[in-house]
Amino acid sequence: MTRACSVEDIPAGEARVVVVAGVRVALFRVRDGWRAVGARCPHRGGPLADGIVADASVTCPLHGRRFSLDTGEALGHDCPPLVVHAVAERDGGLFVDLAAALERAA
Amino acid sequence: MYRPSSLPDGIAIIGGGIAGQSLAEELRARDASVAITLICGESVAPYDRVRLSELLEDGTADALRLRPDEWYADERIELLRGHWVSGTDATTVTFADGSARAFSAIAIATGSDPLVPPLPGMGLAGAMAYRGPEHVDDLRELASADGARVAVIGGGLLGLEAARGALARGARVPVLHLVDRLMERQVDRAAGERLLGAFEALGVEVRLEHATEAILGEERVTGLQFKDGSEIECDAVVVSIGIKPNVELARAIGLDVNRAIIVDDRMRTSAENVVAVGECAEHRGNVYGLVAPIYEQCRVAADTLLGLDREPYTGSLLWAKLKVAGIDLVSIGCAEGDGSAVVATQDGYRKLVVAEGVATGAILLGDTRGAEDLLNAIRSGEEVADPLARLAEAAAATAADLPDDAQVCDCNGVCKGEIAAAVTDGGCNTPREVMAATRAGTGCGSCKAMVKEIVIDVAGDAADEPAYLCACRKQTREEIAAQVRAGGLESVGAVSEACGTGRECGACKPALAYLVSEINGNRHREERQARFINDRVHANIQNDGTFSVVPRMYAGVTTPDELRRIADAADKYGARMVKVTGGQRIDLLGITKEDLPDIWRDLDMPSGFAYAKAIRTVKSCVGTDFCRFGVQDSIDLATEMERAWEHLHTPAKVKSGVSGCPRNCAESTVKDIGVVGVEGGWQIRLGGAAGATVREGDVLMTVETKREAMRAMTVFLQYYREEADYLERTYDFVPRVGVDAIRELLADEDRCRGLMERFRLAKAAAYDPWSERDEPVHPSQFLEVVGAPA
Repeated sequence: MTRACSVEDIPAGEARVVVVAGVRVALFRVRDGWRAVGARCPHRGGPLADGIVADASVTCPLHGRRFSLDTGEALGHDCPPLVVHAVAERDGGLFVDLAAALERAA
Repeated sequence: MYRPSSLPDGIAIIGGGIAGQSLAEELRARDASVAITLICGESVAPYDRVRLSELLEDGTADALRLRPDEWYADERIELLRGHWVSGTDATTVTFADGSARAFSAIAIATGSDPLVPPLPGMGLAGAMAYRGPEHVDDLRELASADGARVAVIGGGLLGLEAARGALARGARVPVLHLVDRLMERQVDRAAGERLLGAFEALGVEVRLEHATEAILGEERVTGLQFKDGSEIECDAVVVSIGIKPNVELARAIGLDVNRAIIVDDRMRTSAENVVAVGECAEHRGNVYGLVAPIYEQCRVAADTLLGLDREPYTGSLLWAKLKVAGIDLVSIGCAEGDGSAVVATQDGYRKLVVAEGVATGAILLGDTRGAEDLLNAIRSGEEVADPLARLAEAAAATAADLPDDAQVCDCNGVCKGEIAAAVTDGGCNTPREVMAATRAGTGCGSCKAMVKEIVIDVAGDAADEPAYLCACRKQTREEIAAQVRAGGLESVGAVSEACGTGRECGACKPALAYLVSEINGNRHREERQARFINDRVHANIQNDGTFSVVPRMYAGVTTPDELRRIADAADKYGARMVKVTGGQRIDLLGITKEDLPDIWRDLDMPSGFAYAKAIRTVKSCVGTDFCRFGVQDSIDLATEMERAWEHLHTPAKVKSGVSGCPRNCAESTVKDIGVVGVEGGWQIRLGGAAGATVREGDVLMTVETKREAMRAMTVFLQYYREEADYLERTYDFVPRVGVDAIRELLADEDRCRGLMERFRLAKAAAYDPWSERDEPVHPSQFLEVVGAPA
């Protein structure tokens, strides 16, 4: 696992992008911990880290597409799922383990 | 004012009452080019006499105007006020000042005068008829005096309205009526008794079967004497015993006159090229004093004047839907018949009048279910074998039973078919949308329940749902607001804890954020995670993840120095496009999130809020500063509005505009809050739109001073901020609450004071968010990427 950023970098209920091995990952600070998914919306490439976060989902700011932060699946619409990465907190830092089947971000 | 060249092709309408106005509108609706001249003897423009008693509370006849001045100019209808007509023949109208004008056709709509009995003492101070605004002013004054006792002679509808109004001003009000029951033309004996009880419960002293013999007093009224010798004391007398058609002009020119001017089924008088409509006209022996028949007559008269061969006028069914002493009353046709049926309960009195097996009338007092169904039945002369069953059927009549041509909204003339079509073809899904689209239910509002029924019938259950703020938890704005107030909740997080809202899909978070901030007067605990990205970084996100930057430019006025700063910033931060916006300001596009604080610093201009549900721009035309047509300083007022309201968030964006003259170059008529400068004042409009929805704003009022305008608009703005649903634009909100309700609000000092107070509090805590360039709310607020790339 790679140290991506520190805990303080991400405000509660929001997300920021970290770059891990050249891949852009959106790191979310949710109620019960952390989530990490591909940073670009599968719909039209919107910045998911700028989206509105609920307990277990994020809504893309460009066209309102919603995705599960747990499984990456599209919620309420037809769309390829998000890639979900593993993230863990340790000693004030956030560590990301990229998913095995990942997409290289442009 | 519109002045056509004096071609002898025009139509003159003599009389600026409801009939005259309606005829003018019907003519213009049929023919876009015929010259129309509406001649009013009074100096007041045509007003809604039906609502006269509203003025007893407050206001001048101007408040009841049927159309604003601009409408006449737009419709190219020449409006002459204070022009008494002394004579006319079929082609020439002669005015009292001796001048004359030629027309190709004449319409007489001179209406009627109040019937004044030849009572001794009628000329005393304090004795008055009750018909027009001047009487209302006098009555208001008389009734407001300490210990005033105002006697009303005439227990018909108008007299009873005057009585209620006088009562509301604190007077004691004896009502004297000749006949043995109130409103004998609308109700039967039994219903009349109920009305009597209702009025007495209000405090009106009703004396039936009292014939007044004389009004007592030396110079002022001191009392009344009745035929039976008894007397009462009073300080004023209001006489409302009926109307007398105004036929002097008709007689002078030799038309056939009976009780009123005789007209045929095409509304033609005995003279060629002359028609008559309204209370001055007599058709098949009938003179009508209700609005519905008059509208019907005007439609036929317009056809006749324009040579259109359509349905003749065959007379009108007399019907009215009223509120009397706070009780709903529907009165249709005849009050008595040999085969009638009555259902009388504590809540209401319902009667179906049947004569010779045919429905001829109905009285619904208190319980008015099925009014439209019965009106339809009586209009079509439905055969009724079992009146009692038919009454019950009407009570149970659902929207589905109504035929498509049954009129549902009388104020706006909308029938069931149009309402149903709004759902099936017009894309409306809720009663709210239907009312906005068809205008049904937006007048007096008495048909709203029926509109809703029809929508549910056609659209299915979905139409029943209220507007939820949180659809996941089915919680309305009002419910959540109540919890916020009760719990003193100051943040979205606190609300989520309290009722779970915002936790499932998160779509309602921005609405919650607005609600929490509004209720707390902007002194809430701001949580940016509950805001849309635009409101986190105070810029408009674009399709490629960059942002647009729009600094505020008050009233669309800038300076060379500002323009230089904008140009320099565009260069320095690599703006990919510099565009002038519809809101009269400049947009820099293609700016990265990280550069936002720095570009704001360089611009040194406040945020234009182009990205937010907030006060947007106040557009302006040049106005008196330079424009040769300007009558008002539009730039001054627009600037004042924009400065007074800037930084405030709203349920949906608010776009405003100020025009310096009726040419309306700032397009104020399609703004949320629009102002048009007119001679001597400002006309305020609300609820306009020119986006995906196009709507002409409703005229709220015309005021004299900038200060009055600011007050009225600011009160409305705060009212909108507090009462609208999130994302509800004013073009939905204003028709939903009704312009009348807004006018009533503005007339209520207490409510206005409260709203202004809360507005000031909210404004005091509002600020330019671009100041966060120096004090970000979080170190990574403007960072896209955090941490070191690994």
